[in-house]
Amino acid sequence: MHLATYLGLLETGCSTLATSYRQVADGHRDEPDVATLCLRFAAECDQQKARMSPFVRTYGTHPDGEPERLHADGLAEARTGGLGLLRDLHDLYLLATNLDISWTMVGQAAKGDRNTDLDATVTRSAATTEAQLKWLTTRMKAAAPQALLVAD
Amino acid sequence: MTEIDRATPDPDRIEDIWGARTPYGAGEVWPGRVDTFLPDGTTAADVDRWVPSACLLCSNGCGLDIAVRDGAMVGVRGRAEDRVNHGRLGPKGLFGWQGQLRDRLTEPLIRRNGRLQPASWEEAMTLITDRSRQLLEEKGPLSHGFYTSGQLMLEEYYTLAVIGKAGLGTPHMDGNTRLCTATAAAALKETFGADGQPGSYTDLDSCDAVFHFGHNVAETQTVLWARMLDRLAGPNPPAHVTVDPRRTAVARASTVHLPVRPGTNLALVNGLLREVISRGWIDHDYLDAHTVGFDELARTVEAYTPQHVADLCDVTVRDLQAAAEIFGTHERVVSTVLQGFYQAHQATAASVAVNNLHLVRGMLGRPGAGILQMNGQPTAQNNRECGADGDLPGFRNWNNPQHVQQLADLWDVDDSVIPHWAEPTHAMQIFRYVEQGSIGFLWVAGTNPAVSMPDLARIRRILAQDSVFLVVTDAYRTETTEFADVVLPAALWGEKTGTYTNVDRTVHLSEQAVAPPGQARSDLDIWVEYARRMGFRNRSGQPLPTWDTAEGAFDGWRDCSRGRPCDYSAMTYDQLRGRGIQWPCNDEHPDGTERIYTDHQFHTFDDDCETYGHDLATGAAVTPVEHRAVRYDGRARLKAAAWTPPPENPDGSYPLHLNTGRTVYQFHTRTKTGRAPELAAAAPDAWVELAPEDAAEHHIADGDLVRVESVRGHVEVPARCTGTKPGSVFLPFHYGTLDPSPSNGADAKDDVAEDSADPSTSERPHAANELTMTAWDPVSKQPTFKSGAVRITRVDQSPTRTREED
Repeated sequence: MHLATYLGLLETGCSTLATSYRQVADGHRDEPDVATLCLRFAAECDQQKARMSPFVRTYGTHPDGEPERLHADGLAEARTGGLGLLRDLHDLYLLATNLDISWTMVGQAAKGDRNTDLDATVTRSAATTEAQLKWLTTRMKAAAPQALLVAD
Repeated sequence: MTEIDRATPDPDRIEDIWGARTPYGAGEVWPGRVDTFLPDGTTAADVDRWVPSACLLCSNGCGLDIAVRDGAMVGVRGRAEDRVNHGRLGPKGLFGWQGQLRDRLTEPLIRRNGRLQPASWEEAMTLITDRSRQLLEEKGPLSHGFYTSGQLMLEEYYTLAVIGKAGLGTPHMDGNTRLCTATAAAALKETFGADGQPGSYTDLDSCDAVFHFGHNVAETQTVLWARMLDRLAGPNPPAHVTVDPRRTAVARASTVHLPVRPGTNLALVNGLLREVISRGWIDHDYLDAHTVGFDELARTVEAYTPQHVADLCDVTVRDLQAAAEIFGTHERVVSTVLQGFYQAHQATAASVAVNNLHLVRGMLGRPGAGILQMNGQPTAQNNRECGADGDLPGFRNWNNPQHVQQLADLWDVDDSVIPHWAEPTHAMQIFRYVEQGSIGFLWVAGTNPAVSMPDLARIRRILAQDSVFLVVTDAYRTETTEFADVVLPAALWGEKTGTYTNVDRTVHLSEQAVAPPGQARSDLDIWVEYARRMGFRNRSGQPLPTWDTAEGAFDGWRDCSRGRPCDYSAMTYDQLRGRGIQWPCNDEHPDGTERIYTDHQFHTFDDDCETYGHDLATGAAVTPVEHRAVRYDGRARLKAAAWTPPPENPDGSYPLHLNTGRTVYQFHTRTKTGRAPELAAAAPDAWVELAPEDAAEHHIADGDLVRVESVRGHVEVPARCTGTKPGSVFLPFHYGTLDPSPSNGADAKDDVAEDSADPSTSERPHAANELTMTAWDPVSKQPTFKSGAVRITRVDQSPTRTREED
């Protein structure tokens, strides 16, 4: 039974993404839309993690042999300037994508295990992560030309 | 004609803002009442000619005639036959034009050795085009930004849109319409697929209920309120419901007033929706046939029980339910929405929720049932239609390659020139790019961001940066011109020809009545000259734009709008002479269209819509594939979002909610109205409105000088202890650091001040935007002026107050 491995991935993924969102919010306070939404997304990650705790109690999270390289590192620190913002959003996008596919995997296992509670919780959380990814995409697409062509 | 001959308004229209009542009943025609103002003993017999026009001093667009004598404006009178106002004018319409007669800029100014000095047009335009060319070569078109106004004319916006999108190729174009009307556009686009007002002012003649969502119509559109007052004074008056933290004249006239806690609009409308749904006041057949998304909407609002909403919004359950019952049980409901919703956080979600209320009841597309997502400015609609706000002209979708190709074909340019890789850059982001140095050329026209944008200390820092070359076109020295590298003198209303479109899609033609002062030129002429000097050309080698007159621009626009929701194709200057026409006006509807969506088919087809929409909570764009998958196919989009708290809330240090807004006597940053004697005298200075409870707690009485402070800055203004909700303060936003009072400088009869003379500065800080924050709605990108936390302290007692009163 390796579901616990992926529950561990989800827990760590939520925490890492939440911390990274907060770092970006703090480092880019002069971009109020980014700062405001990243703080909200961080809170959403906290809620996602909290909603998983009953299932973590059931299945566990850290069995022996969990491959550490599956865990993505969070942002070390926020960058500055137009390009820095773009790269930070890009990093958030990669972390969120990692979480997104983890929801998919756990959702598949939940279906296989006929665990409808877990399946519903994962479906709800996946929708939240998907909404974050869509915003990150929209914001990066708007920012990219200026950052890559004109910014100092 | 005796009424028209009246030389002065009767009674005093400063005191009696809305004038005498002319009551009428449901389904009757609003009676006429012609308001006239000819000052200084001028009589109608003295007037050489009356030039048909429409007022530009609020979004109503009242038809009026400009009185001309010896080549000068000498007065105004309302046009009795005009569909918008039936002859009436408000205080600003009657008196405001006088502000154009003094302190005008008459020649270009160039900054030399740190000071603005007179220069020739040749010098000024050479300087502008040299810098523009240099930046284009070094950094490309994304180094250029344009920030314009809701005060220019259709022809000017369309000309600028063509220059920006087909000549330069920059997405960095917006207007100050972003500050006032962006949410109206966004809410209409989200729900109906395209901008465009469903309702008509004539809906007010037959409705049986009116809802005002954050709309103080009594002060912002006085003639529209006069129409409502006349229904209230007639038989079978409609019920009124007002959502506003202040006890305004509208609130006082309402059956139900919901004085919401600032920052809770969405929770309130979600509560109204839940109540209307749960009480069964919905039209299932309509929902099935004409909408998509009802189940999701019902799920989202389910949590907003009356008690929960009452707690969140600080209103009573009884009032909330009474309001819902009025909406749910009346047959012809009109809703108006304005800045109380638009300038708050979650602006688009709350305004879309109002659209939802109408859709769940099938309450639109027939007389008396209408939505008026109001505009704040007289030509805001044109800025949106023509694309000077960054959108693609003709309500085209930047994310639809066919729409982009239509424009490329029309303008005879390669489609890759037209910026369409993302949504256009909104005003706050343009200023951010200037702040970061990546926009090095900023052209501001007809607006005064150094007073009207949020967090003025930051805006001043940005405008003062050496990294930006700032061109300002204006009619006066303003707080913003003082930062400019080049100032160009602009012709104003009545001094040029053009059209503009009001809230209910009524287009007016305003022909030149008098010559501009000195060397001032129209914005259209200025931009065409810039384009010619820059050498913009289409693929056939013709100059871009291909026109150089207002009528030529209008003809170009007719082609551009053909087949789109805002269709002007059958409208001509000849037809517009002396009357307003509502778009769409095409071969099918040659006399215009009073009400759109009468067939309940909306602009949500994939190949037609202006936008595929957004996530209301984040502003994330819906992709074309996602939109196609839903198959809206002409059905309205019911979209919903959960309430979230505002970005800045009162706390121990800053315990009060900040609210900002307008006063009836001033417009924008007072450049015109502050120079009109009657208006300037009626509202010479800013003030702060306090609830009596809050005033008493701080030992403040009427007239005391009060320091109002946020983390960003402070103002010192006299107190008015009345009206607003306890825990919140209200400040009018019109007042800047310069004082345009008509008592300053030249005598009223001296037309023009010395160009290079520096304007006088006011003694105390009194600009509301010293306090406001840099934050905006995620969808409309409209700044949240009506938000933030402040504290108050008494600075000085009123001179008229005795010690015993303290």
